[in-house]
Amino acid sequence: MKEQSIRAKTAIVGIGETAVGKLPGKTSMQLMAEASAQAIEDAGLKKDDVDGVLVSYSLAEPSFMYCSFFSEYMGIKPHFSAAVHLGGASMCSLVGHAAAAINAGICSTVLIARGDPQRTGFSRQGVVAMSTEVGHRQFEAPYAPLTAGIYAMVARRHMHEFGTTSEQLAEIAVTMRYHASMNDNAQMRDPITIDDVLNSKLVADPLHVLDCCLVSDGGGAIVVTSAERANDLRKPPVYILGFGEGHSHYHIIQAESLVTSGCKDAARRAFAMSGLTPADIDVAEIYDCFTTTVLVDLEDLGFCEKGEGGRFVQGGRITFGGELPVNTHGGLLSQAHIAGMLHIVEAARQLRGEAGRRQVHGAQTAVVTGNGGSLSAHAVLVLGTEGVL
Amino acid sequence: MDGVDQLIPVPDTDTQTYWEGCKRSELLIQRCLSCEKLYFYPRMLCPHCMGRKYEWVKVSGRGVVYSYTLIRRPPVSGLEVPYILAIVELEEGVRMMSNIIDCKEDEIDIGMKVEVIFQPVSDEIYLPKFRPVKG
Ligand SMILES: [Zn+2]
Repeated sequence: MKEQSIRAKTAIVGIGETAVGKLPGKTSMQLMAEASAQAIEDAGLKKDDVDGVLVSYSLAEPSFMYCSFFSEYMGIKPHFSAAVHLGGASMCSLVGHAAAAINAGICSTVLIARGDPQRTGFSRQGVVAMSTEVGHRQFEAPYAPLTAGIYAMVARRHMHEFGTTSEQLAEIAVTMRYHASMNDNAQMRDPITIDDVLNSKLVADPLHVLDCCLVSDGGGAIVVTSAERANDLRKPPVYILGFGEGHSHYHIIQAESLVTSGCKDAARRAFAMSGLTPADIDVAEIYDCFTTTVLVDLEDLGFCEKGEGGRFVQGGRITFGGELPVNTHGGLLSQAHIAGMLHIVEAARQLRGEAGRRQVHGAQTAVVTGNGGSLSAHAVLVLGTEGVL
Repeated sequence: MDGVDQLIPVPDTDTQTYWEGCKRSELLIQRCLSCEKLYFYPRMLCPHCMGRKYEWVKVSGRGVVYSYTLIRRPPVSGLEVPYILAIVELEEGVRMMSNIIDCKEDEIDIGMKVEVIFQPVSDEIYLPKFRPVKG
């Protein structure tokens, strides 16, 4: 089957991560360049070894031909260049694009970067434009939906169909915070309890402030190259074993279901390509724009049955020593919101055994998800060490 | 400038007929003449079969709440909070986003029967909203 073709043909060989939180004055270009320089050096490469550049976009500093601007800023002249607009699915998607392009012989070494001063870099007009851009301009936005409102309706429907509770959603937030408490580069490090989540202000019932992701300045980057080349570089290769995307709709009113997402299709493809199953996965970095998203993704990935997500996240199953440690860096909920780029960086760190205090002992396989829009765009990566090839 | 006025829809050539219907208190949905399915939001081809011929059907305006939330931090100024945001599934099968009005916070529920009511937000735009069906 063709889907098998890029399995383990490429690997993540370099990672970079800037400071996160409030970084006044930092530009999108600076944040991406800082993370990228780290990633290229981490790989033991030079910038001129990079012949492919893939990026998403900046919300705070929208720019025409963003990838060309960034490559120029870096002094890189690639022969493979693109910017994608898939929201939180962008970064996982770009890893797949890089793997495919390298495997097709179009380029050999791809830099993937994301950096945006979303916390302090927005103009007043930018903030207003963002908040009114949520939903279809004629058929959703007039009802003042909020992104949190859309995911709240997902949560409410999940509760209705499966009896999921706010306490179960809260346990996800509590766990992410605990993980962030072990991450020196995290915005929110003070532990919280389920009651703290339930007593935090409601944004859109049933979602509280602590069910919602952070807003962050910051950047992240990785370098992907061919498996042959990866063997000669400084760090242990993190192989790209499986990749899949699933795009079911853009606007939430067009979603066939509020409780099953395109992640299911993406995961099926990624796992099939990897030859692994959810039972083989040691660590999961799940896109957590809201606690709801983690629940739906865990089900759609196949870690539990549809509707069982609420019970699955309880009782320490998604933390260290549990069945499936999730978002070991603290995720978007407690580390920082760099659009999922740092989920990929953290997965690579875990598989290299470089995660320090929060290392999942002996981690050899990881799954990473990205979710963009209103449960709209999904990409799933399955990664692994040399030990599982 | 950042108030509720900037949420007022601006019709385009796909949607003009829909908004004209709303002004007459008629909820118009497109039906594909090839596969006969209804589809929403309005557009120039059928998302089920790519058929490009359609008719406008006046639907009942009745449906049920598919999911909902109470928004407490609105995206723009000038809105009274909390307000109910919902996805309504019409009797005819298509889903729309709307606000549920004339409904108490503790009454709203998934499955609640609702009916359309058209609220003027400008001279030209009457926004379809929904309220609980009495009795
Ligand atoms: Zn049709």
